[in-house]
Amino acid sequence: MTELTPNIIPAANAIRWQKATISAIEHNTPRVSSFWFKPAEPFAFKAGQHADIRLTAPDGYRAQRSYSIASAPEHNEAIELTIERLDDGEVSPFFHEVAQVGDEIELRGPLGGHFVWSVNNGGPLLLIGGGSGVVPLMSMLRHRAVQNSDVPALLFYSARIWDEVIFRDELLKMHEAGRGFELAFSITREPARRPVDFSRRIDMPIIADLLKRLPANPTVAYICGSNRFVENAAQGLIDAGLPPPLIRTERYGV
Amino acid sequence: MATRGFFGRHREPDAADRLPPGQHLTHDFPVLSAGPTPRVKTDTWRFTLKDGVRPVATWNWAEFNALPQTKFLRDIHCVTTWSKFDTNWEGVLVDDVLEAAGLDASTPYVLAHAYDGYSTNVPFADLTHGKAMVALRYEGQPITPEHGGPARLLVPHLYFWKSAKWINGIQFTTRDEAGFWELRGYHIYGDPWKEQRFTGD
Repeated sequence: MTELTPNIIPAANAIRWQKATISAIEHNTPRVSSFWFKPAEPFAFKAGQHADIRLTAPDGYRAQRSYSIASAPEHNEAIELTIERLDDGEVSPFFHEVAQVGDEIELRGPLGGHFVWSVNNGGPLLLIGGGSGVVPLMSMLRHRAVQNSDVPALLFYSARIWDEVIFRDELLKMHEAGRGFELAFSITREPARRPVDFSRRIDMPIIADLLKRLPANPTVAYICGSNRFVENAAQGLIDAGLPPPLIRTERYGV
Repeated sequence: MATRGFFGRHREPDAADRLPPGQHLTHDFPVLSAGPTPRVKTDTWRFTLKDGVRPVATWNWAEFNALPQTKFLRDIHCVTTWSKFDTNWEGVLVDDVLEAAGLDASTPYVLAHAYDGYSTNVPFADLTHGKAMVALRYEGQPITPEHGGPARLLVPHLYFWKSAKWINGIQFTTRDEAGFWELRGYHIYGDPWKEQRFTGD
């Protein structure tokens, strides 16, 4: 893990809380929406990083959560946090039911110095996302697109149903544009829609198939999703011969 | 600054004085790690105590399990804001590891090292006088690989990234050398009661 750290983000100076204004809200899927936050102070970040959000109740009680950034680092006048509604959650229901454009929210970041990628890190780049785990991977792909990079990249994105695929149309367009980007969905509860897609949970045959779609073995792999999903995918990549230090993971906390 | 329309979930009154600021209570045991879970086998497991670069003592799994065993019932606090109360651990106090090695503190700082290359720095004083252990069992069972088994450091009074999973050694260092997450912006010490999450907190 520490053997390979070309893109280590060193400790910054104090990362202060600042006010950010919600400048737009967009519904992605029935349970997922994107919120654009316009920070008061400059917010320079790398693809894959996250921001912390802090909500304060009238009695001073605070709740704080981390959300991955979906937007490209090149567009940081407003950063896009894509938030899945968790029914038993405390912060995500607030965003889905209460938050409106114009609201001021406390935010700080960027945070996370390991699950980051930039075109300078090269590839081939293997991205594996489950559910809303696609969000930090989307930032990497948007960054790659903005940079007109032709670093070979493949996204495997597993969702339960077609209508829960976040950023679906944008990803399909990105795939059509080509430029060394391969896209494979796995829709676990419905039939596959495209010949290149799957309709089951990630397994060894899927991993073998994916690796063949890249021109060479990946030099770095990012996996994000639930713990079970990440464990299966990471172990699968190791069983397929990828050295563990090449694999970076991010798992949903609570 | 109060957030418009936010009132927060029902607070658990019993939890209030046990929850550090900014934390919330969970009843699960979330798994977080920067890379894949290493599969560490107990028949090749080793724990090494180092003074700088010099190894001063090594134990295999059987030898380490033969050291005095201590039980901990502790609350744990993750920097990602979850806390879990009343977790049961069993293992070897760092005090007992040092005693078995016949070693006193040689420097004021240590780095804990792990099988996956992870490391984290802790002042030596935070590991002694019954404050920390190398845990071998959780809730009466061997620690599962995803929670750091076969052995993990347990420093429950600091944020849980300090409790290195898959530990394979402790190294005395002359300076407080930043570990894996500390190099990447996490707080050098990590006291949950002072909310020392990131550099500068």
